Amino acid sequence: MSGNTAGQAIEVRSVTRRYKNTTALDDVTVSFGKDAIHGLLGRNGAGKTTLMSIITAQLWPSEGQVEVFGQTPHENEQVLPKICFVREDQRYPEDALAKHAFKAAADAYENWDWDFANRLIADFKVPQKTKIKKMSRGQKSAVAVIIGLASRAEVTFFDEPYMGLDAVARQLFYDRLLEDYAAHPRTFVLSSHLIDEIAHLIENVVLIDGGRILLDEPVEDLRDRAVTIVGRADAIAEFTTGREILHEETMGRIARTTVLGALTEAEQQRVRELDLDLQPVSLQQLIVRLTTRANAENTAEVQS
Amino acid sequence: MDEGRPLFVQIAEEIEGSVLDGSLQEEERAPSTNELAAFHRINPATAAKGINLLVDRGILVKRRGLGMFVAAGAAERLREERRQQFADHYLTPMLAEARHIGLSVENIIQLLRERAQQSGIHE
Repeated sequence: MSGNTAGQAIEVRSVTRRYKNTTALDDVTVSFGKDAIHGLLGRNGAGKTTLMSIITAQLWPSEGQVEVFGQTPHENEQVLPKICFVREDQRYPEDALAKHAFKAAADAYENWDWDFANRLIADFKVPQKTKIKKMSRGQKSAVAVIIGLASRAEVTFFDEPYMGLDAVARQLFYDRLLEDYAAHPRTFVLSSHLIDEIAHLIENVVLIDGGRILLDEPVEDLRDRAVTIVGRADAIAEFTTGREILHEETMGRIARTTVLGALTEAEQQRVRELDLDLQPVSLQQLIVRLTTRANAENTAEVQS
Repeated sequence: MDEGRPLFVQIAEEIEGSVLDGSLQEEERAPSTNELAAFHRINPATAAKGINLLVDRGILVKRRGLGMFVAAGAAERLREERRQQFADHYLTPMLAEARHIGLSVENIIQLLRERAQQSGIHE
Protein backbone atom coordinates (compact mmCIF):
# COMPACT_ATOMS: atom_id res chain seq x y z
CA MET A 1 0.00 0.00 0.00
CA SER A 2 1.35 3.39 -0.83
CA GLY A 3 -0.92 5.84 0.93
CA ASN A 4 -2.61 6.97 -2.26
CA THR A 5 -5.06 5.56 -4.68
CA ALA A 6 -3.09 6.31 -7.83
CA GLY A 7 -2.12 2.66 -8.35
CA GLN A 8 1.24 1.14 -9.10
CA ALA A 9 3.99 2.70 -11.19
CA ILE A 10 6.26 -0.33 -11.04
CA GLU A 11 5.51 -4.01 -10.61
CA VAL A 12 8.29 -6.54 -10.11
CA ARG A 13 7.17 -10.18 -10.17
CA SER A 14 9.31 -13.15 -9.13
CA VAL A 15 12.49 -11.57 -10.44
CA THR A 16 15.71 -13.49 -10.00
CA ARG A 17 19.05 -12.25 -11.25
CA ARG A 18 22.13 -14.42 -11.22
CA TYR A 19 25.67 -13.40 -11.92
CA LYS A 20 28.31 -16.10 -12.46
CA ASN A 21 28.35 -17.60 -8.98
CA THR A 22 26.04 -15.35 -7.05
CA THR A 23 22.33 -14.67 -6.92
CA ALA A 24 21.92 -10.90 -6.67
CA LEU A 25 18.11 -11.03 -6.59
CA ASP A 26 16.25 -14.07 -5.36
CA ASP A 27 12.60 -14.31 -6.43
CA VAL A 28 11.80 -10.67 -5.72
CA THR A 29 8.19 -9.52 -5.89
CA VAL A 30 7.56 -5.88 -5.02
CA SER A 31 5.64 -2.90 -6.33
CA PHE A 32 6.13 0.86 -6.13
CA GLY A 33 3.04 3.06 -5.91
CA LYS A 34 2.56 5.90 -8.39
CA ASP A 35 3.31 9.50 -7.36
CA ALA A 36 5.02 8.61 -4.10
CA ILE A 37 8.58 8.90 -2.81
CA HIS A 38 9.94 5.46 -1.97
CA GLY A 39 13.06 4.56 -0.05
CA LEU A 40 14.99 1.51 -1.28
CA LEU A 41 17.17 0.57 1.65
CA GLY A 42 19.69 -2.14 2.31
CA ARG A 43 23.35 -2.80 2.93
CA ASN A 44 26.00 -2.60 0.26
CA GLY A 45 25.65 -5.64 -1.99
CA ALA A 46 22.05 -6.28 -0.89
CA GLY A 47 20.78 -6.01 -4.48
CA LYS A 48 19.54 -2.40 -4.61
CA THR A 49 21.45 -1.38 -7.74
CA THR A 50 20.67 -4.67 -9.50
CA LEU A 51 16.95 -4.20 -8.82
CA MET A 52 17.01 -0.61 -10.11
CA SER A 53 19.05 -1.62 -13.14
CA ILE A 54 16.50 -4.27 -14.06
CA ILE A 55 13.51 -1.95 -13.59
CA THR A 56 15.21 0.69 -15.75
CA ALA A 57 16.00 -1.90 -18.44
CA GLN A 58 19.76 -1.62 -18.09
CA LEU A 59 19.90 -5.29 -17.10
CA TRP A 60 17.76 -8.29 -18.01
CA PRO A 61 16.35 -10.45 -15.25
CA SER A 62 17.41 -14.11 -15.29
CA GLU A 63 13.79 -14.97 -14.45
CA GLY A 64 10.59 -13.07 -13.75
CA GLN A 65 8.86 -9.96 -15.11
CA VAL A 66 9.02 -6.23 -14.62
CA GLU A 67 6.38 -3.73 -15.64
CA VAL A 68 6.56 0.06 -15.57
CA PHE A 69 3.16 1.67 -16.14
CA GLY A 70 1.89 -1.74 -17.23
CA GLN A 71 4.55 -2.34 -19.89
CA THR A 72 7.84 -4.20 -20.00
CA PRO A 73 10.52 -1.50 -20.07
CA HIS A 74 13.15 -3.53 -21.89
CA GLU A 75 13.63 -2.33 -25.49
CA ASN A 76 10.40 -0.35 -25.12
CA GLU A 77 10.57 3.11 -26.70
CA GLN A 78 7.24 4.08 -25.17
CA VAL A 79 8.26 3.53 -21.57
CA LEU A 80 11.99 4.24 -21.47
CA PRO A 81 11.71 8.04 -21.99
CA LYS A 82 9.55 8.13 -18.86
CA ILE A 83 12.30 6.57 -16.72
CA CYS A 84 15.34 8.40 -15.37
CA PHE A 85 18.04 6.46 -13.54
CA VAL A 86 20.72 8.51 -11.82
CA ARG A 87 23.57 6.54 -10.37
CA GLU A 88 26.69 7.31 -8.51
CA ASP A 89 29.06 5.80 -11.07
CA GLN A 90 27.40 7.54 -14.05
CA ARG A 91 29.78 7.60 -17.04
CA TYR A 92 30.19 10.55 -19.39
CA PRO A 93 32.06 10.96 -22.69
CA GLU A 94 35.76 11.85 -22.34
CA ASP A 95 35.55 15.60 -23.06
CA ALA A 96 31.99 16.26 -21.87
CA LEU A 97 31.24 19.45 -19.99
CA ALA A 98 28.26 19.71 -17.64
CA LYS A 99 26.26 21.56 -20.31
CA HIS A 100 26.72 18.64 -22.72
CA ALA A 101 25.33 16.23 -20.16
CA PHE A 102 22.35 18.55 -19.53
CA LYS A 103 21.74 18.94 -23.28
CA ALA A 104 21.72 15.16 -23.72
CA ALA A 105 19.27 14.83 -20.84
CA ALA A 106 17.07 17.63 -22.29
CA ASP A 107 16.90 15.68 -25.57
CA ALA A 108 16.14 12.39 -23.83
CA TYR A 109 13.39 13.53 -21.47
CA GLU A 110 10.26 15.18 -22.83
CA ASN A 111 9.43 16.91 -19.54
CA TRP A 112 12.91 18.41 -19.09
CA ASP A 113 12.68 21.91 -17.58
CA TRP A 114 15.58 24.25 -18.47
CA ASP A 115 14.49 26.97 -16.04
CA PHE A 116 14.54 24.49 -13.19
CA ALA A 117 17.86 23.04 -14.41
CA ASN A 118 19.49 26.48 -14.55
CA ARG A 119 18.28 27.30 -11.07
CA LEU A 120 19.76 24.05 -9.79
CA ILE A 121 23.03 24.67 -11.66
CA ALA A 122 23.30 27.98 -9.79
CA ASP A 123 22.21 26.45 -6.47
CA PHE A 124 24.78 23.67 -6.64
CA LYS A 125 27.43 25.97 -8.20
CA VAL A 126 28.25 23.53 -11.00
CA PRO A 127 31.43 24.70 -12.80
CA GLN A 128 30.76 25.54 -16.46
CA LYS A 129 34.21 25.07 -17.91
CA THR A 130 35.45 21.96 -16.14
CA LYS A 131 35.23 18.59 -17.91
CA ILE A 132 33.00 16.26 -15.91
CA LYS A 133 35.86 13.77 -15.78
CA LYS A 134 37.99 16.34 -13.94
CA MET A 135 35.28 17.37 -11.50
CA SER A 136 35.36 16.59 -7.78
CA ARG A 137 33.10 13.83 -6.53
CA GLY A 138 30.69 16.41 -5.12
CA GLN A 139 30.49 18.30 -8.42
CA LYS A 140 29.87 15.08 -10.36
CA SER A 141 27.14 14.17 -7.90
CA ALA A 142 25.57 17.61 -8.39
CA VAL A 143 25.46 17.09 -12.18
CA ALA A 144 23.75 13.72 -11.69
CA VAL A 145 21.24 15.10 -9.17
CA ILE A 146 20.33 18.00 -11.46
CA ILE A 147 19.66 15.60 -14.32
CA GLY A 148 17.48 13.48 -12.04
CA LEU A 149 15.41 16.45 -10.88
CA ALA A 150 15.16 18.59 -14.02
CA SER A 151 14.25 15.61 -16.23
CA ARG A 152 10.87 15.49 -14.40
CA ALA A 153 10.66 11.89 -15.57
CA GLU A 154 7.54 10.08 -14.43
CA VAL A 155 9.72 7.56 -12.62
CA THR A 156 13.06 8.72 -11.26
CA PHE A 157 15.62 6.54 -9.52
CA PHE A 158 18.40 8.02 -7.44
CA ASP A 159 21.00 5.37 -6.67
CA GLU A 160 22.93 7.20 -3.96
CA PRO A 161 24.26 9.88 -6.30
CA TYR A 162 24.03 12.33 -3.42
CA MET A 163 26.62 10.32 -1.49
CA GLY A 164 29.27 12.56 -2.98
CA LEU A 165 27.48 15.69 -1.79
CA ASP A 166 28.44 17.33 1.49
CA ALA A 167 25.82 17.88 4.20
CA VAL A 168 24.86 21.35 2.94
CA ALA A 169 24.43 20.20 -0.66
CA ARG A 170 22.50 17.11 0.44
CA GLN A 171 20.05 19.31 2.34
CA LEU A 172 19.68 21.44 -0.77
CA PHE A 173 18.93 18.30 -2.77
CA TYR A 174 16.28 17.11 -0.27
CA ASP A 175 14.66 20.57 -0.22
CA ARG A 176 14.52 20.87 -4.02
CA LEU A 177 13.25 17.30 -4.32
CA LEU A 178 10.36 17.95 -1.91
CA GLU A 179 9.47 21.30 -3.49
CA ASP A 180 9.45 19.91 -6.99
CA TYR A 181 7.60 16.75 -5.95
CA ALA A 182 4.90 18.92 -4.37
CA ALA A 183 4.56 21.00 -7.53
CA HIS A 184 4.91 18.06 -9.95
CA PRO A 185 3.93 14.81 -8.22
CA ARG A 186 5.69 11.80 -9.71
CA THR A 187 7.32 8.58 -8.63
CA PHE A 188 10.72 8.66 -6.96
CA VAL A 189 12.83 5.79 -5.68
CA LEU A 190 15.76 6.83 -3.50
CA SER A 191 18.34 4.31 -2.48
CA SER A 192 20.43 5.33 0.46
CA HIS A 193 22.10 4.06 3.53
CA LEU A 194 21.78 7.46 5.20
CA ILE A 195 18.45 6.21 6.48
CA ASP A 196 17.64 8.81 9.13
CA GLU A 197 18.37 11.59 6.65
CA ILE A 198 15.66 10.44 4.27
CA ALA A 199 13.23 8.96 6.82
CA HIS A 200 10.93 12.01 6.73
CA LEU A 201 11.08 12.39 2.96
CA ILE A 202 9.85 8.96 2.01
CA GLU A 203 6.37 7.59 2.16
CA ASN A 204 7.22 3.91 1.76
CA VAL A 205 10.17 1.74 2.63
CA VAL A 206 11.40 -1.28 0.73
CA LEU A 207 14.18 -3.07 2.58
CA ILE A 208 16.27 -5.53 0.62
CA ASP A 209 18.86 -7.88 2.04
CA GLY A 210 20.74 -10.74 0.44
CA GLY A 211 18.66 -10.30 -2.72
CA ARG A 212 15.35 -10.71 -0.89
CA ILE A 213 12.71 -8.21 0.20
CA LEU A 214 12.64 -8.02 3.99
CA LEU A 215 10.13 -5.22 4.33
CA ASP A 216 7.73 -3.27 2.13
CA GLU A 217 5.60 -0.85 4.16
CA PRO A 218 4.49 2.76 4.64
CA VAL A 219 6.95 4.54 6.92
CA GLU A 220 4.18 5.51 9.34
CA ASP A 221 3.25 1.86 9.88
CA LEU A 222 6.84 0.99 10.72
CA ARG A 223 6.59 2.99 13.92
CA ASP A 224 4.52 0.17 15.36
CA ARG A 225 6.88 -2.54 14.21
CA ALA A 226 9.09 -2.42 17.27
CA VAL A 227 9.50 -0.60 20.54
CA THR A 228 12.39 -0.20 22.97
CA ILE A 229 11.80 -0.68 26.69
CA VAL A 230 14.22 0.74 29.22
CA GLY A 231 14.32 0.10 32.97
CA ARG A 232 15.07 -2.50 35.59
CA ALA A 233 16.37 -5.67 33.97
CA ASP A 234 14.23 -8.06 36.04
CA ALA A 235 11.04 -6.14 35.23
CA ILE A 236 11.92 -6.06 31.54
CA ALA A 237 12.70 -9.77 31.54
CA GLU A 238 9.28 -10.45 33.07
CA PHE A 239 7.55 -8.20 30.56
CA THR A 240 9.30 -9.48 27.45
CA THR A 241 8.83 -13.21 28.15
CA GLY A 242 7.33 -14.79 25.07
CA ARG A 243 7.98 -11.78 22.83
CA GLU A 244 10.46 -11.68 19.99
CA ILE A 245 13.48 -9.71 21.12
CA LEU A 246 15.36 -7.84 18.41
CA HIS A 247 18.09 -6.41 20.57
CA GLU A 248 19.18 -6.41 24.17
CA GLU A 249 21.72 -4.38 26.14
CA THR A 250 22.32 -4.25 29.86
CA MET A 251 24.27 -2.03 32.21
CA GLY A 252 24.27 -3.33 35.78
CA ARG A 253 20.62 -3.85 36.69
CA ILE A 254 19.36 -1.63 33.87
CA ALA A 255 18.37 -3.10 30.53
CA ARG A 256 17.40 -1.71 27.15
CA THR A 257 15.45 -4.21 25.11
CA THR A 258 13.88 -3.80 21.68
CA VAL A 259 10.94 -6.09 20.99
CA LEU A 260 9.06 -6.75 17.77
CA GLY A 261 5.42 -5.78 17.46
CA ALA A 262 3.20 -3.04 18.85
CA LEU A 263 2.12 -3.06 22.49
CA THR A 264 -1.55 -3.48 23.32
CA GLU A 265 -3.28 -1.01 25.63
CA ALA A 266 -3.04 -3.56 28.45
CA GLU A 267 0.67 -4.03 27.82
CA GLN A 268 1.27 -0.29 27.88
CA GLN A 269 -0.57 -0.18 31.20
CA ARG A 270 1.67 -2.98 32.50
CA VAL A 271 4.76 -1.06 31.36
CA ARG A 272 3.64 1.91 33.46
CA GLU A 273 2.94 -0.31 36.47
CA LEU A 274 6.40 -1.82 36.21
CA ASP A 275 7.78 1.72 35.97
CA LEU A 276 9.51 1.06 32.65
CA ASP A 277 10.13 3.63 29.93
CA LEU A 278 9.09 3.19 26.32
CA GLN A 279 11.22 4.65 23.56
CA PRO A 280 10.40 4.78 19.89
CA VAL A 281 12.69 2.92 17.51
CA SER A 282 14.07 5.13 14.74
CA LEU A 283 13.81 3.92 11.17
CA GLN A 284 17.58 3.51 11.07
CA GLN A 285 17.59 1.36 14.22
CA LEU A 286 14.69 -0.74 12.99
CA ILE A 287 16.36 -1.38 9.64
CA VAL A 288 19.62 -2.36 11.36
CA ARG A 289 17.83 -4.70 13.76
CA LEU A 290 15.71 -6.37 11.07
CA THR A 291 18.71 -6.83 8.79
CA THR A 292 20.79 -8.27 11.61
CA ARG A 293 18.00 -10.67 12.51
CA ALA A 294 17.62 -11.83 8.89
CA ASN A 295 21.35 -12.47 8.67
CA ALA A 296 21.30 -14.47 11.90
CA GLU A 297 18.42 -16.59 10.57
CA ASN A 298 20.24 -17.24 7.32
CA THR A 299 23.34 -18.32 9.19
CA ALA A 300 21.23 -20.66 11.30
CA GLU A 301 19.67 -22.14 8.13
CA VAL A 302 23.07 -22.84 6.66
CA GLN A 303 24.29 -24.49 9.83
CA SER A 304 21.30 -26.76 10.41
CA MET B 1 10.72 17.25 15.32
CA ASP B 2 11.13 14.69 18.06
CA GLU B 3 10.81 10.97 17.47
CA GLY B 4 8.38 10.38 20.32
CA ARG B 5 5.07 10.58 18.50
CA PRO B 6 4.15 10.04 14.86
CA LEU B 7 5.16 12.97 12.72
CA PHE B 8 1.64 13.62 11.43
CA VAL B 9 0.38 13.87 15.01
CA GLN B 10 3.06 16.45 15.75
CA ILE B 11 2.02 18.44 12.68
CA ALA B 12 -1.58 18.44 13.92
CA GLU B 13 -0.51 19.45 17.43
CA GLU B 14 1.53 22.33 16.10
CA ILE B 15 -1.47 23.73 14.23
CA GLU B 16 -3.61 23.21 17.34
CA GLY B 17 -1.05 25.18 19.31
CA SER B 18 -1.25 28.06 16.83
CA VAL B 19 -5.05 28.08 17.05
CA LEU B 20 -4.93 28.02 20.86
CA ASP B 21 -2.41 30.85 21.17
CA GLY B 22 -4.18 32.93 18.55
CA SER B 23 -1.34 33.06 16.03
CA LEU B 24 -3.79 31.32 13.73
CA GLN B 25 -7.20 32.98 13.98
CA GLU B 26 -10.57 31.41 13.36
CA GLU B 27 -11.71 31.74 9.74
CA GLU B 28 -8.09 32.35 8.74
CA ARG B 29 -6.38 30.22 6.08
CA ALA B 30 -4.26 27.42 7.59
CA PRO B 31 -0.90 26.38 6.10
CA SER B 32 -1.29 24.10 3.08
CA THR B 33 0.06 20.58 2.83
CA ASN B 34 2.89 21.76 0.60
CA GLU B 35 3.77 24.68 2.86
CA LEU B 36 3.94 22.35 5.87
CA ALA B 37 5.96 19.79 3.90
CA ALA B 38 8.49 22.38 2.74
CA PHE B 39 8.76 24.07 6.14
CA HIS B 40 9.29 20.84 8.09
CA ARG B 41 11.09 19.05 5.26
CA ILE B 42 8.73 16.12 5.33
CA ASN B 43 6.80 14.12 2.77
CA PRO B 44 3.59 15.97 1.73
CA ALA B 45 1.59 12.79 2.43
CA THR B 46 2.62 13.02 6.09
CA ALA B 47 1.60 16.68 6.26
CA ALA B 48 -1.74 15.83 4.62
CA LYS B 49 -2.35 13.15 7.22
CA GLY B 50 -1.81 15.69 10.01
CA ILE B 51 -4.22 18.14 8.39
CA ASN B 52 -6.83 15.42 7.90
CA LEU B 53 -6.67 14.64 11.59
CA LEU B 54 -7.82 18.22 12.27
CA VAL B 55 -10.46 18.14 9.54
CA ASP B 56 -11.93 14.97 11.07
CA ARG B 57 -12.20 16.75 14.41
CA GLY B 58 -13.78 19.85 12.93
CA ILE B 59 -10.83 22.12 13.76
CA LEU B 60 -10.05 22.82 10.11
CA VAL B 61 -12.54 23.02 7.27
CA LYS B 62 -11.84 22.66 3.59
CA ARG B 63 -13.08 25.41 1.29
CA ARG B 64 -13.16 24.19 -2.25
CA GLY B 65 -10.51 25.83 -4.38
CA LEU B 66 -9.31 28.05 -1.53
CA GLY B 67 -7.62 25.62 0.85
CA MET B 68 -7.92 24.81 4.53
CA PHE B 69 -9.37 27.28 7.03
CA VAL B 70 -9.64 27.35 10.79
CA ALA B 71 -13.23 26.50 11.71
CA ALA B 72 -15.39 28.92 13.66
CA GLY B 73 -15.34 27.91 17.33
CA ALA B 74 -12.15 25.85 16.83
CA ALA B 75 -10.22 27.48 19.68
CA GLU B 76 -12.96 26.83 22.23
CA ARG B 77 -13.39 23.26 20.99
CA LEU B 78 -9.64 22.66 21.43
CA ARG B 79 -9.67 24.16 24.91
CA GLU B 80 -12.56 21.86 25.86
CA GLU B 81 -10.67 18.82 24.48
CA ARG B 82 -7.58 19.78 26.43
CA ARG B 83 -9.54 20.28 29.65
CA GLN B 84 -10.85 16.75 29.31
CA GLN B 85 -7.34 15.40 28.79
CA PHE B 86 -5.77 17.48 31.54
CA ALA B 87 -5.99 14.82 34.26
CA ASP B 88 -4.55 12.07 32.05
CA HIS B 89 -1.75 14.16 30.61
CA TYR B 90 -0.63 16.07 33.68
CA LEU B 91 -2.07 14.69 36.90
CA THR B 92 -1.43 10.98 36.36
CA PRO B 93 2.31 11.39 35.63
CA MET B 94 2.59 13.90 38.49
CA LEU B 95 1.05 11.43 40.94
CA ALA B 96 3.37 8.67 39.70
CA GLU B 97 6.40 10.88 40.38
CA ALA B 98 4.99 11.95 43.75
CA ARG B 99 4.63 8.33 44.84
CA HIS B 100 8.23 7.68 43.77
CA ILE B 101 9.67 10.40 45.93
CA GLY B 102 7.26 10.15 48.83
CA LEU B 103 5.17 13.30 48.42
CA SER B 104 1.70 13.16 49.95
CA VAL B 105 -1.40 14.60 48.32
CA GLU B 106 -1.30 17.31 51.00
CA ASN B 107 2.29 18.17 49.99
CA ILE B 108 1.24 18.40 46.36
CA ILE B 109 -1.70 20.67 47.10
CA GLN B 110 0.58 22.91 49.18
CA LEU B 111 3.10 23.12 46.33
CA LEU B 112 0.34 23.73 43.83
CA ARG B 113 -1.02 26.69 45.85
CA GLU B 114 2.45 28.25 46.11
CA ARG B 115 3.14 27.91 42.41
CA ALA B 116 -0.32 29.13 41.43
CA GLN B 117 0.25 32.25 43.49
CA GLN B 118 3.64 32.85 41.87
CA SER B 119 2.25 32.49 38.38
CA GLY B 120 -0.80 34.64 39.12
CA ILE B 121 -3.52 31.99 38.88
CA HIS B 122 -5.97 32.67 41.71
CA GLU B 123 -8.40 30.31 43.33
